[in-house]
Amino acid sequence: MLLRHTNTEVVEREALTINPAKTCQPVGAMYAALGIHGCLPHSHGSQGCCSYHRSTLTRHYKEPVMASTSSFTEGASVFGGQSNLLTAIETIFTVYAPDIIAVHTTCLSETIGDDIVQITAKATGKGLIPPGKYVIHANTPSYVGSHVTGFANMTKSMVTYFAQAVAEKKNKTVNILPGWVEPADMKEIRRLAGEMGVAILMYPDTSGVLDAPQTGRHEFYPRGGATVDQIRASGDSRITLALGPTASTSAAEALDSRCKVPFQTLELPIGLRATDRFINALRKAGKVEVPASINDERGRLVDMISDMQQYFFGKRAALWGDPDQLVSLAEFLHDLDMKPTYIVTGTPGRAFEERIATVLGGRLPEVKVRQGKQADMFLLHQWIKNEKVDLLIGNSYGKYIARDEDIPLVRHGFPILDRVGHQYFPTVGYRGAMRLCEQILNVLMDRQDRDSPEASFELVM
Amino acid sequence: MSSPKKPDIETVREDLLRKYPTKVARKRAGQIVINRKTEEGVPPEIKANIRTVPGIITQRGCCYAGCKGVVLGPTRDIVNITHGPIGCGFYSWLTRRNQTDPGPDGENFMTYCFSTDMQDEQIIFGGEKKLAAAIQEAYDLFHPKAIAVFSTCPVGLIGDDVHQVCKSMQEKLNINCFGFSCEGYKGVSQSAGHHIANNQLFKHVIGRNDTPPEGKYKITLMGEYNIGGDAFVIEELLDKCGITLVSTFSGNSTISAFERAHTADLNCVMCHRSINYVADMIEKKYGVPWIKVNFIGTESTAKSLRKIAEYFGDPKLSEQVETVIAEEIEATEPIRQEIHERCQDKLAMLFVGGSRAHHYQDLFAEIGMKTLAAGYEFAHRDDYEGRRVLPSITIDADSRNIEELAVEADPDKYSPRKSEQELADLIQNGMPVKGYEGMMSQMEEETLVIDDISHWESERLIELYKPAVFCAGIKEKYAIQKMCVPSKQLHSYDYGGPYAGFAGAVNFWRDIDRMVGARVWTYIQAPWQKQDYPALEAELVHTGSSEC
Repeated sequence: MLLRHTNTEVVEREALTINPAKTCQPVGAMYAALGIHGCLPHSHGSQGCCSYHRSTLTRHYKEPVMASTSSFTEGASVFGGQSNLLTAIETIFTVYAPDIIAVHTTCLSETIGDDIVQITAKATGKGLIPPGKYVIHANTPSYVGSHVTGFANMTKSMVTYFAQAVAEKKNKTVNILPGWVEPADMKEIRRLAGEMGVAILMYPDTSGVLDAPQTGRHEFYPRGGATVDQIRASGDSRITLALGPTASTSAAEALDSRCKVPFQTLELPIGLRATDRFINALRKAGKVEVPASINDERGRLVDMISDMQQYFFGKRAALWGDPDQLVSLAEFLHDLDMKPTYIVTGTPGRAFEERIATVLGGRLPEVKVRQGKQADMFLLHQWIKNEKVDLLIGNSYGKYIARDEDIPLVRHGFPILDRVGHQYFPTVGYRGAMRLCEQILNVLMDRQDRDSPEASFELVM
Repeated sequence: MSSPKKPDIETVREDLLRKYPTKVARKRAGQIVINRKTEEGVPPEIKANIRTVPGIITQRGCCYAGCKGVVLGPTRDIVNITHGPIGCGFYSWLTRRNQTDPGPDGENFMTYCFSTDMQDEQIIFGGEKKLAAAIQEAYDLFHPKAIAVFSTCPVGLIGDDVHQVCKSMQEKLNINCFGFSCEGYKGVSQSAGHHIANNQLFKHVIGRNDTPPEGKYKITLMGEYNIGGDAFVIEELLDKCGITLVSTFSGNSTISAFERAHTADLNCVMCHRSINYVADMIEKKYGVPWIKVNFIGTESTAKSLRKIAEYFGDPKLSEQVETVIAEEIEATEPIRQEIHERCQDKLAMLFVGGSRAHHYQDLFAEIGMKTLAAGYEFAHRDDYEGRRVLPSITIDADSRNIEELAVEADPDKYSPRKSEQELADLIQNGMPVKGYEGMMSQMEEETLVIDDISHWESERLIELYKPAVFCAGIKEKYAIQKMCVPSKQLHSYDYGGPYAGFAGAVNFWRDIDRMVGARVWTYIQAPWQKQDYPALEAELVHTGSSEC
């Protein structure tokens, strides 16, 4: 047994987190910053933070993840990190020539209270920032929120640093804040908008950055990513669709207060009904009709579900990960007539349980939801040990529970360290939902094939 | 792909430096060295274990990573609690591939991540109470033999006294409970964390049990972390030779094995960088000498086994060792020769760790591959130039902050395993007692040795030399491969291995052979992007017949 010390007796803990269902802010800020074209994320803290974040993102994407660090030493921790950041800015622009350095803080620089705005002003004063280049920042203390908070904070910084309302009248463009989803998902959102004929601006956008093709050259700044001009222009758009309240609301609010761009917050378009709401919102925002091609995509998804409904029905699932993903996944599983049974996220925040209750329509009283403090995979595993589930959906750390308890696992979320596919194949939109169905069916049906007696082993399913 | 002509090494060095701002170039100049030894074989001086230039894009990690991740990570029966915000514990959760055998007692906490998940409330009001409560909860849940606490950056800043908390919890719970002040900002790399880990193991664990295990030739293995099962291979080899392994620091280890480590008669140091402190301290306090060994590469493995046998000076042991070596070589040699034919004269570069960039050169040499450039991520001058330079290493502010334990001979337990004369004789005969020659003495003349290589330097070297393989870590791997050069991770072995000992050597050669010969590197360009495509098309594509 891999997790042999996990027992069935659930004891409330106050202080100890075991096998967390979250990580810290800066990695989210780093991921978001990679969604700006020509941007080098910079970690203002000890070297280990940057090393850990780059390693985790690299393992997840199997792609180069370029980022730099202020390399704090004990001296910097005592006297402040100003001199480190100034050296970093000079070195980075000289050696790696980004358009933008996106600085995020760490628990170290936050605890000592480094003022990034003041240090950046100093860098400007000293002429360390070449003309037309930018240094932006987000405060991402690791002891507040989670990696999703860090993503949200960096996305908000994109707005506060760049977005401008220039034109007198808003244009027809729709802003989309995609939330923390995969490059493939961002690409799919762009495709759906294109199919609808809606002009969009989207940031961050990691497609074309963290799914770069093999060309024989390492493009230090790959072709993808939202440009500064695009982010700036988002201040003149008609409306913002903020996908995933946890990851995107704060940026949407900032854009509203700064540039008077109204916004609508939606759950991530994962699954049938969440995608319906997204397409409908896009239809209204873009003042367009939904084209037949999208109706067909939807129809194929519904067709697939109706064809395979017997394999989904009644299956109990345990989910862990990030709030925005979990809410939509829970809704989708419910729509498949499955039973999302245990739902755990370490990310604190408002209204998670209410959101789950809303999407489930209050129809599943037996669902156990835990969020925030000590909402971890140890607790989830204990619940599973007490009453088993048929399916696990979450990141790669779930494989230890999957093996110990002999439960099939669909990898979804962050990080996925041991499989490929998530970079390239979306789970948002109707096609994404079809991929999710395929993944779920594959593991459930493989399990049936493995476990059924020889006499009832089925060729056709 | 045709290899470009080998560029002039001085020009390359200047090229690497030219890119930097003046001050940075001056600093890097001391860390980028052409290996030119004096007539007496003394390598040139390299600057190492100095601060990384902020923004340069380094391979290095932090003190916490070296302490919790590297040295203490592989011990299965200690509950390791990270005291800090959630990230540090999360990132060091199962990511280093230290394999373990849970043994008959079945205790194994390595699959778990324990953290106090520090919140802003603790940053403001202090985290000692939460830490004490977390230790209590861990004890109540698991009743482990020991609990260790690892400090992350904010802990030092807010002034939590983890050692005091551990001490009072130890008294309360009556189990070994000890802390590490391994805040990420300490030192200049993981190396500081190794030292801090060594100190605390020595203070709190080693020497608590004086009962030696059964066995005639008792050794410890130090600086071997059982990545991909390396330690398993070495354990089996030692067992075949009749050598008793008292403890490994720290691959496949237990706290009880640590506690009696001092009962061995010889300490064998693999990764000099990460563990030489413990070896030195055990020698001073208990009189157990240490020698440098290397179980990476068949020749080095054979040599290390012979050294161990020679140390014990028993012809029977030497005979057994020779039998084992002969058996193993018989199995590996044909494979080596076959791969040698395909790989000889290909170029390798190794930039990783604190010993691996040296040790793995042996494995490449055995299949005829040449190491053109190498360097460590977090080593010190002695790992490059040999321990003879220790007295001349300047202690800077960053090193001074890491505690040096004052160790004296234990009045009761000190028992020199060899007399001074015996040790002198062994050294005279080439035994590496307390000795390490370092990477540079082994490398060819006119090769490049680069400490703490930056991303820019790595890419430029690859562009200029197009090596057949570039060994580094996960952060570098995919950028290198985008340049059509296969990259071998020497931290994680790309999830393969073991690479130690004889069986491991075969695994490594096969992996390198597979990587440098992989077909995928020939498919980077689409057919229509190739100059000779029209000819190829005529040969392979049959157009429809006009008769249809």
